[in-house]
Amino acid sequence: MIRENSELLIEITDLHASVEDQPILNGVNLKIKAGEIHAIMGRNGSGKSTLSKVIAGHPAYKVTSGSISFQGINLLELEPEDRARQGIFLGFQYPIEIPGVSNLEFLRVATNSRRKQLSHEELDTFEFEDVVREKLKIVQMDEAFLNRSVNEGFSGGEKKRNEILQMALLEPMVSILDETDSGLDIDALQIVAAGVNKLAKAETATLLITHYQRLLNEITPDFVHVMAAGKILKTGNKDLALELETSGYEWVDQEIKNEAGNS
Amino acid sequence: MKASYKQWLTSLPQPSGLLEAIQRKSRKALLDMEIKLIEDDSWRLTNRKQLENLLKLPLDNSKAKQEINTNKGLARLPSKGFRLDLNGKSNCFDQDKLPTGFSVLNSKEIKTFIENQSKNNINPEHWSIAINNASSNHIIGLRIKGNDIPALELVMQAKEKEFIPTRILIIIEDKSDLELLEVLVGANKSGQSHMIDIYLGKESKLQHGLICSGRSESNFLANVIVNQEAFSTYNFTSVQYGYELGRLETHINQKDGNAKTNLNGLQVSTGNEQLATYSKIHFNGPEGHFDQLQKSTASKKSHCIFHGSINVPKIAQQTNASQLSKNLLLSKRAKIDTKPELKIIADDVKCTHGATISQLQEDEIFYLRSRGISAKQATSLLIEGYCKEILESLPVEASRWGILTQILTSIQE
Repeated sequence: MIRENSELLIEITDLHASVEDQPILNGVNLKIKAGEIHAIMGRNGSGKSTLSKVIAGHPAYKVTSGSISFQGINLLELEPEDRARQGIFLGFQYPIEIPGVSNLEFLRVATNSRRKQLSHEELDTFEFEDVVREKLKIVQMDEAFLNRSVNEGFSGGEKKRNEILQMALLEPMVSILDETDSGLDIDALQIVAAGVNKLAKAETATLLITHYQRLLNEITPDFVHVMAAGKILKTGNKDLALELETSGYEWVDQEIKNEAGNS
Repeated sequence: MKASYKQWLTSLPQPSGLLEAIQRKSRKALLDMEIKLIEDDSWRLTNRKQLENLLKLPLDNSKAKQEINTNKGLARLPSKGFRLDLNGKSNCFDQDKLPTGFSVLNSKEIKTFIENQSKNNINPEHWSIAINNASSNHIIGLRIKGNDIPALELVMQAKEKEFIPTRILIIIEDKSDLELLEVLVGANKSGQSHMIDIYLGKESKLQHGLICSGRSESNFLANVIVNQEAFSTYNFTSVQYGYELGRLETHINQKDGNAKTNLNGLQVSTGNEQLATYSKIHFNGPEGHFDQLQKSTASKKSHCIFHGSINVPKIAQQTNASQLSKNLLLSKRAKIDTKPELKIIADDVKCTHGATISQLQEDEIFYLRSRGISAKQATSLLIEGYCKEILESLPVEASRWGILTQILTSIQE
């Protein structure tokens, strides 16, 4: 929801980043305010996932110039865990399996680290079980998932629902969902999308990274950005996503050519 | 090496008692094998300096009776079992204090068994076995008969600046079951040599755990020797940590094949520690089943060794064996040596083996960190998950011993 006077949560300015000395982001500019839902679309390799990992602080990605400000704090100075504690959440495209680590214990430790930051009391095992049971309803997950190892043996849909469960527990300020719709059947997509919609609040924001309009049918974005060659090439409203669905990305090549010609 | 070795042998008390003959034989064998020993592959990687330190320690010769159900500074007693506290000084137990299903073997039974050891595919002159044979004055012999009998916990505590050998013989009768947990507890600058002979009768079953929990500059050598009759099941889980030098050797003999053997092992080394597991299984008949998972983590400047050997001779047709060694290197200066080995003569078998050595995955750590978990806590959680797979297979309520906490603390120190 776009509101004139809402708080600016994230401001990305002329962000350049590389991985193994290979430049991936080449000047990203983006502002996200409280209450807004943004969607980033683009071809494979355009830099969408890299942007999400850079915001979350993946150590393999090196920021070469530019800045990311989160509620006035220089996010780039923070370790990944401190970014998460401050309220940045990254929903992974491929959630990692961690054998031997109980999902319940993992969720409890993660939740308490965020609660500590918010000066809330940490939850003991019993208190946490009550909290997590409530949150499970949001993503229609069975309690049995809590006793399994983190994501181990989960189907693609179960993994994504587990991501949204984490989002529900951590109550982030900015949620970045990296291709949350990939590998989901229609039913699972609707469950995940309903969860995201339910968790979206006036004081928080969501950044969706996706290839497909079908997710945006379920979660209506306020802004749609098209990424190409490591920068945001075009910004529009939800109609831009529909336009992409019909026209594809060929126009992007022309835009890049024009831009190269002008520079 | 030779000087300290000889000095240790000559410092031992005169051979006497039930084990006199084997003591003499083993001492002579140890002296004779000096040159061979250095060339022996099973010896090659061993930290000799630390072994020398072990062999400099004096043998504890005071006499004291073995104690039953003691709980001095140890984990609480198992709720569905009983504990024997072995100190290597006597083989006396009050039979009437043992629960139903347990009986003490008499001297004649023990003697017969020892004399037959070499017939069971075991070389009593193998140096690690010979060290125990040369120094053990006493042997505890127990016969197990029945099902639903109480679990047995054997605790062997080391003493500061002393060498303690312990030797046990357990015979499990046909169609009988036992849960057994052995715990070696190290002490500052201590040495332990432990040997257990297990005989599993037909259709019998043993759930066996061995926890080797070391302290500062403690050392141990342990041998687990198992002879399995047909249709018996042997499940063994071993855990080693905290010893400066730790060496566990498991020798399994499926006497007529047709038996099941499952081995799970975990060694967690840190500092300058060297922990080793050597396992050998011999199938002396068809249709044997064997499954092994050996895990190691090595941090700081420590060294973990695994050598697992599976021997499938022609007689062992339709053997089904698998062996996997998984290793985690937690620092640049730590070392892992692993050698899963198959020797197959039989032509109708299904055998697999493999080994992996890896580091903690950056993506796994990042995933946890992206949820607000610190890098240190993330590492700890991942190691915990890695170890749990093995620890959960320990029998006799082994979590009482707080192993996981001790392991994680030792790595983080």
